[in-house]
Amino acid sequence: MVWVVRFLIGGTIVSAFALIGDVLKPKGFAGLFGAAPSVALATLGLTIATEGKLYAAVEARSMVAGAAAFFLYALACLYAIGMRHFKAAPATVALLSIWVVSAFGLWAAFLP
Amino acid sequence: MASGRPSYREPVKILINLAALRQVRWYEHFTRFLLGGLISVVAGLIAKAFGPTIGGLFLAFPAIFPASATLLDKHEREKKQKAGIPVTIRGRLAVGLDARGAAMGSLALAAFAAMVWKMLPHASSAKVLGGAFVLWIALATAIWRVRKLHVYLSRRSRS
Repeated sequence: MVWVVRFLIGGTIVSAFALIGDVLKPKGFAGLFGAAPSVALATLGLTIATEGKLYAAVEARSMVAGAAAFFLYALACLYAIGMRHFKAAPATVALLSIWVVSAFGLWAAFLP
Repeated sequence: MASGRPSYREPVKILINLAALRQVRWYEHFTRFLLGGLISVVAGLIAKAFGPTIGGLFLAFPAIFPASATLLDKHEREKKQKAGIPVTIRGRLAVGLDARGAAMGSLALAAFAAMVWKMLPHASSAKVLGGAFVLWIALATAIWRVRKLHVYLSRRSRS
């Protein structure tokens, strides 16, 4: 049951931030909401309730590395799509590998 | 400006364009809901299987960025096609702007995470999560404003 609740809360909060991004102009400002803490807000409350605050704080520490990896991913998307004009759909999916490598690289370097 | 094009001399205003919602179809809302729900569950399952240090990484996974960028590209292309322009890179330029915004937002996301990490063991959960969210909005907006100011000043010094 807790996973269904997590799914519904996560879907609702992520969709809400996406809607905010849809209606805001200019596009550069709306893009900020592409990196909103939507998944974190959706799940940290539940994690605190089920696993406790210290467990959630450890997750948040790793999230710093995840956010740094997101920064590198977004820069790669800016270069590949905005400057080199690659197709958006395959480029944004393929470049997720940059997030994976960066996030786990930062984790291995600083957090294990 | 007589041309009607925005000038760098004019301050950039943040606007709400509710008409943009009409462009988004029901299945596009559903896709983002599905992806948001899935990544929330997957982050939890990974934390359960491999511990919170690995699971925490996925709290900053760019789950819906590919879907949002694809939609943005498609909508911009459709707008141009309706105007009689069949081939355009406008959609990709718009995705580039979106990605630049996301890069700035992700810096604020790191600050959000750092605040939760440091403050959560010592203060009320609601206050910490609320405060970190306010920090994210304030910092993301400030970074965006500073970049706009930098662009404005560098163009003015060249003119």
